[in-house]
Amino acid sequence: MAIVFERPKALLDVPTHYCPGCTHGVIHRLVAEVIDELGIIDRTAGVAPVGCSVLAYDYFACDMYEAAHGRAPAVATGIKRAVPDSIVFTYQGDGDLAAIGTAEIVHAAARGEKITTIFVNNAIYGMTGGQMAPTTLPGQVTETSPYGRDINTQGHPIRVSEMISTLDGAVYVERVSVDSVPNIIKAKKAIKKAFELQMQGKGFTMVEVLSICPTNWGLSPNESIKWLRDNMMPFYPLGVKKDITAGEVK
Amino acid sequence: MANKVLMKGNEAIGEAAIHAGCQCFFGYPITPQTEVAAYMARRMPKIGRVFLQAESEVAAINMVYGAAGAGVRVMTSSSSPGISLKAEGISYIAGAELPCVIINIVRGGPGLGGIQPAQSDYFQATKGGGHGDYRLVVYAPASIQELVDTVQEAFDVADQYRVPVMVMGDGMLGQMMEPVEFKDRNTTRNLPEKTWAANGLRGRQKHNVINSLFLKPEELEQHNRRLQAKYAEIEKNEVKYEEYNLDKEVDLTVVAYGTTSRIVKNAIKMLEKEGINIGLIRPITLWPFPSKAIEDAAEKSKYGFISVEMSEGQMVEDVKLAVNGKKPVYFYGRSGGMVPTPAEVANKIREIVGGAK
Ligand SMILES: Cc1ncc(C[n+]2csc(CCOP(=O)(O)OP(=O)(O)O)c2C)c(N)n1
Ligand code: SF4
Repeated sequence: MAIVFERPKALLDVPTHYCPGCTHGVIHRLVAEVIDELGIIDRTAGVAPVGCSVLAYDYFACDMYEAAHGRAPAVATGIKRAVPDSIVFTYQGDGDLAAIGTAEIVHAAARGEKITTIFVNNAIYGMTGGQMAPTTLPGQVTETSPYGRDINTQGHPIRVSEMISTLDGAVYVERVSVDSVPNIIKAKKAIKKAFELQMQGKGFTMVEVLSICPTNWGLSPNESIKWLRDNMMPFYPLGVKKDITAGEVK
Repeated sequence: MANKVLMKGNEAIGEAAIHAGCQCFFGYPITPQTEVAAYMARRMPKIGRVFLQAESEVAAINMVYGAAGAGVRVMTSSSSPGISLKAEGISYIAGAELPCVIINIVRGGPGLGGIQPAQSDYFQATKGGGHGDYRLVVYAPASIQELVDTVQEAFDVADQYRVPVMVMGDGMLGQMMEPVEFKDRNTTRNLPEKTWAANGLRGRQKHNVINSLFLKPEELEQHNRRLQAKYAEIEKNEVKYEEYNLDKEVDLTVVAYGTTSRIVKNAIKMLEKEGINIGLIRPITLWPFPSKAIEDAAEKSKYGFISVEMSEGQMVEDVKLAVNGKKPVYFYGRSGGMVPTPAEVANKIREIVGGAK
């Protein structure tokens, strides 16, 4: 009988520590499938962030780095510059990428660093127990916005993909979601394209993935999916924000 | 005939690193070390190597982390406030046991301080700077030739022990010009292959991970013990210092490093004419510190020791620990970018020796 579904080779055969229902696992799988399909595991190096995916280096079978909070794009820059034929990706949460690591991501993108960033936006700091993130929605209740995020005192959320897509060094930026099977398929296509453009040496690529945090949102996984659709998607519209290859004849 | 060239300290650092096989340089401008970056910007691309100006010191040291993890020789350079920003990355590099070279051309602090030469980063360099139980090997050369030799040595030491190594000079050393020679050197060290490097499996079976996270306390303690054992090895093998005028009994022994030691030598010559005999111990490694040499000099030093620094008394603490109460330890220092003159140092020494006599 033909095997139609198995663990991607780029993922190690180990249990992950993610909470039940958390979509970090889905996103890991997509990245791993893409690495397998492109046949690049032999020259891939991934950079894990500080956040719930801090242990990603225990799950991916390629060479991995653990970076300081927010610094993954700088670490990735160092790897890619040192070994230009390597394929380098960072995997970062919204606290990691959009707060403490804003400078690193903006400048890696502006330099057109030939790396791929998987940006997992769950609108909250997961690992530290549900504090407000730069991506937390107006009115959203978190540990540190207990009365709902007040834009007058706590500022506005950052639409990272839109911001990064204004930078000339970014060649491909897309926001996807893993709330449904069709969207998961689209997410994988986006991740694959990002890696492919990196392999062609085009420039910086980023895929923002809307993700859920049932634990800190205080919702069941199903309710979380609904919350993502009802609240995050309208604020963070899905789709390609930038693609320098759009319109290119294939 | 040796091929001597006249070079500015900062530029000599760059050339020395290139000779040592430095493949990547990541930096950010700050006075008084900016010429290191400018030199590398000119030279590195020409020879197919990497120069990158980072957006900040924080990014620069993390680029170093990435490149070092990928297994290449890598260097960064900065001055005091920039080193404070690098402290985060240095701690991670020490934790992940990555080899790299960090240049610190020290200026006066605290805070934005000034841009004149100082030695006020001694605590930061030798006692940590970043968080956690780690050590940096810290070199403090006193001439540009020694700076060149030290930078080359630093890459070897970093690779041998898988540790970050700092070469610390003051603004004076960075800015002055002296004739130097770049010798082709073959290391006598047995440098291990970088089988731990993470730059793609390339046929390897198991993935390599560059990491400093140990969530289980037992494991982190074990990791720390291993680091300490490595540091003990470094303390055993890598202490470097110069003794000057100590082949005899002296009235007082000065401990001074870097530029300050050159000033002290002039003061010693002035005092000699008055029949005051002064010795000098010049630490070349600030960590590991030449404690044994200092302790051994206690018997020869009639009235004790004096630490002369361009800081408000940082190294004097290590001198006191080394002397361990056997003799008095005095201190003379200037700070903020004030460079002590030989006359000033001589006056202080006369005061001590005269008072004791
Ligand atoms: C310098 C530093 N500051 C703070 C922390 C604590 N910290 C750990 S994870 C985290 C938030 C991560 O949130 P996010 O990036 O959104 O990822 P998630 O956990 O939601 O996946 C913080 C603040 C740290 N480890 N290092
Ligand atoms: S805390 Fe949230 S983001 Fe983190 S693993 Fe749990 S559900 Fe996922």
